[in-house]
Amino acid sequence: MERSESELIAAVLAGDAASFEPLIEKYSPRLFATARRYARRESEVEDIVQEVWFKAFQKLKSYRGEAPFEHWLMRLAVHTCYDFLRGHQRNRETSFSDLTEPEDDWLDRFVTLPSTAPEDADAARLLVDRLLARLSAPARLIITLLEIEERSIKEISRLTGWSVPLVKVRAFRARAEMRKILAKITKEKYL
Amino acid sequence: MDLVELQRKLMAAARANPPGDAVPLAFEKRVVARLRARLAPDPYSFWSKALWQAAAPCTAIMLLLGAWSWFTQASPPPSNDWSQDLDNVVLAAAESEQNYDSSW
Repeated sequence: MERSESELIAAVLAGDAASFEPLIEKYSPRLFATARRYARRESEVEDIVQEVWFKAFQKLKSYRGEAPFEHWLMRLAVHTCYDFLRGHQRNRETSFSDLTEPEDDWLDRFVTLPSTAPEDADAARLLVDRLLARLSAPARLIITLLEIEERSIKEISRLTGWSVPLVKVRAFRARAEMRKILAKITKEKYL
Repeated sequence: MDLVELQRKLMAAARANPPGDAVPLAFEKRVVARLRARLAPDPYSFWSKALWQAAAPCTAIMLLLGAWSWFTQASPPPSNDWSQDLDNVVLAAAESEQNYDSSW
């Protein structure tokens, strides 16, 4: 008979590490999808998710069961991804002068007539990856949660542990940072 | 160039292309295996931790005792000249006899 989450958690806390496996199996897809928003290399993605599970195992005693386990786990995941971003801040400086041809073409189409630049193009996705890689850690986290995952300010506050006013301030700064980088792209490309 | 529109389009592109949720094969088994390895008791780490933890209080006790013995050094050090001590003891007895005789 399949055990419930609370039974699995109780078993893990009682010392049965094997009971952790069904939880890992259930929630890893969501964690991998989340980690892939912040890391490009698959080895880094796997490291991040592993780190989330190690932290979840260590801190399982602090899970009080008031909220669903998934919410508690996602909070850990966001913190781990943020730590990863902060640890890799030095690698942010990539030049836009080495845009690929599809990315160049996409930008040219956008400049000529914005409606002809499709949003589902691979080139657009590559440009977004470059843009996000240039953002600071807090800006990238906020933009990903707010603009891409379309979470509410309150949700972001719960996930990150930041107060609502701090989330709003960081969102404002993140958008400004993004516009500054986009302005730099266009300046590098067209001047 | 309309940067706001560019930003909007790029964000829409990011939303339209969510990352995959594929999990590597046997990932959960690897994680559990590593957790088990971390949980296994390591006798060396236990002892080294205990010794490190004992080092600070032992050092503190040593310093306190050293300071106490330094500051409580009131009396002069005992003489190594035992002959002088013997003389002192013998003369002390003779002096006390003399005092006794003179009091009569």
